[in-house]
Amino acid sequence: MPHDHDHPHSHLPSEPALRVKALETILTDKGLVDPAALDEIIDTYQNKIGPKNGAAVVAKMWTDPAFREEMLNDPMPRLKDMGLYGRQGEHMVFVENTPEVHNLVVCTLCSCYPWPLLGIPPGWYKSDAYRARSVREPRKVLAEFGVSLVEGQKVRVWDSTAEVRYLVVPMRPTGTEGLSEEELAALVTRDSMIGAGLAEGLKA
Amino acid sequence: MSRIHDMGGRFGTGAIDPEDNATFAKEWHERALALNLACGALGQWNIDASRHARECLSSADYAGFSYYEKWLGGLTDSLVAKGVVTIAELDAGRGNGTSPLSEKALRADKVAATLAAGSPYTREAAAPRFAVGDKVRARRPARNATVVGGHTRLPAYAAGAVGEVVLSHGAHVFPDSNAHGLGEAPEPLYAVRFEARELWGSEAEAGDEMVLDMWQSYLEPA
Repeated sequence: MPHDHDHPHSHLPSEPALRVKALETILTDKGLVDPAALDEIIDTYQNKIGPKNGAAVVAKMWTDPAFREEMLNDPMPRLKDMGLYGRQGEHMVFVENTPEVHNLVVCTLCSCYPWPLLGIPPGWYKSDAYRARSVREPRKVLAEFGVSLVEGQKVRVWDSTAEVRYLVVPMRPTGTEGLSEEELAALVTRDSMIGAGLAEGLKA
Repeated sequence: MSRIHDMGGRFGTGAIDPEDNATFAKEWHERALALNLACGALGQWNIDASRHARECLSSADYAGFSYYEKWLGGLTDSLVAKGVVTIAELDAGRGNGTSPLSEKALRADKVAATLAAGSPYTREAAAPRFAVGDKVRARRPARNATVVGGHTRLPAYAAGAVGEVVLSHGAHVFPDSNAHGLGEAPEPLYAVRFEARELWGSEAEAGDEMVLDMWQSYLEPA
């Protein structure tokens, strides 16, 4: 049984910045960690992988009906072809917002998130308050994010408990008929793909 | 086991800060994430075991630690539990000699390929017991049925509730077994929809829904 004392981590400095440095030093001394690999991992998630990936997929779903069907039915083969596959995005499921249903994604047990499509989750997604409240009072949470629901729209919350990762396809804003895929992608925010926002242009 | 990490509907009742947008608010956050990924490559544990390690932090630590401190705490505890690092090394702040695992260390030139390769969790298993549209009840209590105090991905708030299978995901590695080194024991995995009122009573809006991924052994026919 877990207990409340004597965890090995308590042997490291209490200041977290020093703690992570100490652990890196120990692991580097032992040949278990290559600091250059850590730099590479950080560069990947800071500069190469982020919500632009997901936004491009959503914009394409808005403009290409065959692609939309593919994403809704069996997205992984095509995502792999597009290079949008990898750790924490092995099993994607796309859920569409409609005038009848607004979807919201959370992971109450930890912070599961589709890294290859959205990057690393923002602070609020990992917060205790979001993990606790979004399942019990999703409408209050959505209001705090400034999301206004359509009259009569139900809320469907997805709690990611497995390795399946859910991505919300926001409704396409009205008046965007003439826009290119690239222009549409610029309207797709990270929060809208979690369900804690709407695509730009739909906000009142 | 249901501990403080099992937060759905329970802890963390304060305000959410939608402006808290940073993925890495501090430099050590990115370092902590990278260390976790790099150490994962040593092959001493799987994702379920690393989640369990974080869940085994004391309640006081779990509540008091910032997000990436929890990762660091779980990582350090796992490294010691697996004998990869010793308490003496933690106390000294230096590693004592080269580890026999060092040949497994993730090198910079392998990072892109390793991250892109992913780690799919689908497996072959017996035919599913339930089909889309079936009514099911989530097992109660929400705890590991095999390992006392063990890891599970059945949140406490759903235990005992009746829902409906809406998606069949095929068979996936079973966390309740895999977290404890008892094998992957793959099982059919389903997305199960619950009426929000089934879970929260009249405080929930009628018609609102929750969907959770549930392994077959979490469910019984309803």
